[in-house]
Amino acid sequence: MSYFRAENLSLHFGGLKAVDAVSFAVEKGEILSIIGPNGAGKSSIFNLISRIYSPTSGRLFFEDQDITREPAYGIARLGIARTFQNIELFENATVLSNLLVGRHRHSTTRLWQELLFLPNVRRTEKIHRRRVEQVIDLLDLAAYRDKLISGLPYGVRKVIELARALCSEPKLILLDEPSSGLNVEETDDMSFWIRDIKSELGVTVLMVEHDMTLVNRVSDRVIALNYGRVLAMGSPAEVQGHPDVVAAYLGS
Amino acid sequence: MRFMFKTDYDDDIKLLPHSGYVLSYGCLLALLVIAPFVLGSYLISQFVFVFIYAIVGVGLMILAGFTGQASLGHAAFLAIGAYTTAYLQQFGVPFPVYFLAAGLLTGLVGAVVGFPALRLQGIYLVIATISFAFIVEEILARWESVTHGNEGMRVKTIQWLGTSVPRDSPTFYFLCLGVLTLAIVGAMNLLRSPTGRAFVAIRDSETAARSMGINVAAYKVKSFAISAAITGFAGCLFAHKLSFISPEMFTLQLSIEFIMVIIIGGTFSLHGAVLGAIFIVMVDPFLTFLKDDIPGVVAGIAATFGAGAARAGQIQSSVAAFASANGLKGAIYGLIIILFILFEPLGLYGRWLKIKLFFQLFPLYKRATFKRQKIYVKSERNR
Repeated sequence: MSYFRAENLSLHFGGLKAVDAVSFAVEKGEILSIIGPNGAGKSSIFNLISRIYSPTSGRLFFEDQDITREPAYGIARLGIARTFQNIELFENATVLSNLLVGRHRHSTTRLWQELLFLPNVRRTEKIHRRRVEQVIDLLDLAAYRDKLISGLPYGVRKVIELARALCSEPKLILLDEPSSGLNVEETDDMSFWIRDIKSELGVTVLMVEHDMTLVNRVSDRVIALNYGRVLAMGSPAEVQGHPDVVAAYLGS
Repeated sequence: MRFMFKTDYDDDIKLLPHSGYVLSYGCLLALLVIAPFVLGSYLISQFVFVFIYAIVGVGLMILAGFTGQASLGHAAFLAIGAYTTAYLQQFGVPFPVYFLAAGLLTGLVGAVVGFPALRLQGIYLVIATISFAFIVEEILARWESVTHGNEGMRVKTIQWLGTSVPRDSPTFYFLCLGVLTLAIVGAMNLLRSPTGRAFVAIRDSETAARSMGINVAAYKVKSFAISAAITGFAGCLFAHKLSFISPEMFTLQLSIEFIMVIIIGGTFSLHGAVLGAIFIVMVDPFLTFLKDDIPGVVAGIAATFGAGAARAGQIQSSVAAFASANGLKGAIYGLIIILFILFEPLGLYGRWLKIKLFFQLFPLYKRATFKRQKIYVKSERNR
C-alpha cells in the first residue's frame, strides 16, 4: 500500500470542477511535484488534503487510514504539515514563537498547569525549544530568531514558513510553491533544503511548483494537471516530454 | 543600551529577562505596598478602582488583544461575578468560596458565550456580545427572586477568619493588588506556553493555526472562558468596593470603558491593560474637574476681551449647560478612542516603548524607526 493516496478526489464549485476525479499516490520518502498551468487545481488539491476545503467526492488515505473526514487540526496531528502559497505566518509574533506554534501538535501540558507554569511546562517548553533550534540551525535562521515577522523580507518569510512546518516534525510535508517570489540564489537554497528534508529528516515531500528547474532538480516523480484532471505522471523528463503537457502549456 | 547574551533557553522563558526588570518592578511593587499608609483615602480608593479595571483589562486583553475576538459584553461578565457574590453572601458562604464561585461561574458563562463566537468574526462578534450584555442586563432587572431587580442588592463587608475587611481598608487594597498580580502572572504564564501561542496564532491567521494542528474552536472557547473568569473575579471585588449593585451599573457604557482600557493602553501587551486602567480611572475626575471649572474660565476670558458682566454670565451658564449635557461623556470617550486609533494604534504602552527607545538610542533615534511596515498581500479567500 502506498504511503499517501488520493482516490477519485473531486472539488466542485457549482459547475466549475476545480479538481475532477484525481487519483494519485505518494510513496514514503519520495519528492512528488505537482505541476500545471494557472487554475489547474494544484493548490485546491493541497487545500483538500489540509481540509481547508471538503472534497465533493473521493477519499484520502494516509498510512492506510481514511482521513477524508478528519478535521483540519486533526490532519496536522497525524503528521501532515503544509506551507502556503501566499505565506500565512503569524505577523505580530516573533520568529521564535511562530516556530514554537509549529510544535503545537506535540504539546501535552494542560491549561491549569500552564497558568501556574509548573515545572513540567518548563521542561516541555525546553524540549520544544531544542527541537526548534535544530530547525533554525538547518535553515540558517539564527539571525532572525527574535525578530517580528512583520518586519522581515519576503524571502525570509518563505523560509520561516518552511521552518514552522518542519518544527511539527511532519511525516509528510506539503509545499505550496516554495520558490514563488524568491530570487535565483534563494531558489537554489530552497532546492538544497528540500533535498535535505528528504534525505536527512526522512520526510516525504509533496509540492506544487512552477519553477521547472527546481522541479527537475529535486523531484523523484512529477504529476501534471490541467483543468482539474491528471494529464501525465512519471519522471520529470517523461512528464515534460508528454504531448498533452506540452499542449497544455504551449497550445497544440 | 543593554545587550543580552543568552546562554540558556531559560533566558527566553524567564518572566523578568534581566536585573533591570527586577529592579523597576520591585520598586513599583514597593511603592504600591507603601501607598495605603502614605496616601489619602480618596487616592487609595482610586487605586483600588485602577486595580479592578486592570484585572478586567487583563481578562479582555487575553480575549481581544491576544485571541483577536472583540467583546463588548464584559460588563455582563462583571455583573455575573458581582451578583454571584451578592447572592451567595446571603447564605453565609465564606469569602474564598464565593470569590472562587464568582470566577468559575462567570468562566462557565463565558464558555457558553464562546460557542456562537465560533461562527462570527469582527463586527458581527461585537454585535453578538453586545446582545449578550443586554440579555444579562435584562435578566438582572427581571429575575427579582434572585437579583432583587432594579432595587439592587447590598453587598456586605468581607468577613474572613473572624476579621472584617472594609472596602476602604488597606487589607482590601492589598487583596485587589494581589488578585491583579496573580491575573497578570497567570496571563504571562499562559503567553509563554502552548495555549497562549495558540491564541496569538488564531488572532493572526486562523487558517495557518488550523494547519498547525490547533483546534481553533476549542481554543476560542477556552479564551472566552479564561477572559470571563478573570472578569468574574474582578466582579466580586467590584461588588465589595461599591457595596451596592444594581443592573443599571453594568451597562454598555461600562463595556465600552473596558474596551477603551485595552485600546488606550495598547492592544498587544499586558502593560496596556494596566496603563489603560489608570487612564480610564483618571478620565472621570478630570472630566468632572473640567465641567466645574471650564465655564468660569471661559467667562473670565470673555470678560477680559471686553464682554460685559451680563454677557459673561450668559456665556458662563451656556457653557455650563453644554458641559453638563447628557451623553457628552460618551462623546468624549468616543473621541478619545478615535484619536488613539488614528495617532497611537499601539496605545500608551506603544508610546512608552518609543520614549524608551529614544533614550536608548539617543542621539540616533529616527522617526522612521516606528513607521508601520508594509504588509504583504495575504490571501483572504481561505478565511
